[in-house]
Amino acid sequence: MVAVVRFPGSLDHESAVRAVRGVGGEATYAWHADPQLPDGTRAVIIPGGFSYGDHLRPGAIASRSPIMDAVRRHADAGGLVLGICNGFQVLCEAGLLPGVLRTNATTSFVCRQVELEVLDHDTPFTRELGAAISVPIKNHDGAWFGDPHHARIVFSYGPENPLGSVASAAGVASARGNVLGLMPHPEEAVDPLLGSTDGLGLFAALVRA
Amino acid sequence: MTRVVVTVMPRQGVLDPQGQAVRGALGRLGFSGIHDVRLGRRIELELDGPDPLGTAREMCERLLANALIEDFTVAIED
Repeated sequence: MVAVVRFPGSLDHESAVRAVRGVGGEATYAWHADPQLPDGTRAVIIPGGFSYGDHLRPGAIASRSPIMDAVRRHADAGGLVLGICNGFQVLCEAGLLPGVLRTNATTSFVCRQVELEVLDHDTPFTRELGAAISVPIKNHDGAWFGDPHHARIVFSYGPENPLGSVASAAGVASARGNVLGLMPHPEEAVDPLLGSTDGLGLFAALVRA
Repeated sequence: MTRVVVTVMPRQGVLDPQGQAVRGALGRLGFSGIHDVRLGRRIELELDGPDPLGTAREMCERLLANALIEDFTVAIED
């Protein structure tokens, strides 16, 4: 069972559920105020959106909500946690991933398809991906800032760096590899109608892990 | 009750794209001699308790500022 966490202001939870079900997985929602994850949760997705209206800093308030204590316990026990876009911001603010997401260097909302290099195939999420994937980005605060020598950078933008992230990072994982965050949206790249199916491999690996 | 003003600023050395955008706009309005513009956040807290400054500092460390990219100051305002 994959639990998709909803906060006030989450937007992409339905796309995350659709992506999981599309590869044969089961998905359910968890609410931000819940103290526990649903029974049988094997993986958690923190979806995209604008939790709490991005007030203070994107992801800052959501990262201190009750469900995040349960997500932290799940991660500490080796369970899988995937944060997409705002979910990546939440995981960084929660300290489950290194660094922080800053305002894009352009100070603008960037919405476009991008090519990602998959730098690390040795995580439970990336085993089935090719060398590069095509996925969309849509964010205003997506520039990862952190120490690239002390972070496991899993995805990078190539050949250009559309948001101005350090080391052109698009996604980073925890040292163990069981927590992954990325700004691009693999859940919006799961159907030919969307222009790419490159995200399917990530969800297939998540469901099978 | 004590009024505590928290000021959160981007850390020195961390690029501040919003400040740079404002600086560019000021230049286009004809202002010259602008060496730098940095944008931060002012938070006003009205607190009870024996140690309002210490409480405000802990609030900064736990939520109001992100130490990776931001510095903060706290001050009591009359």
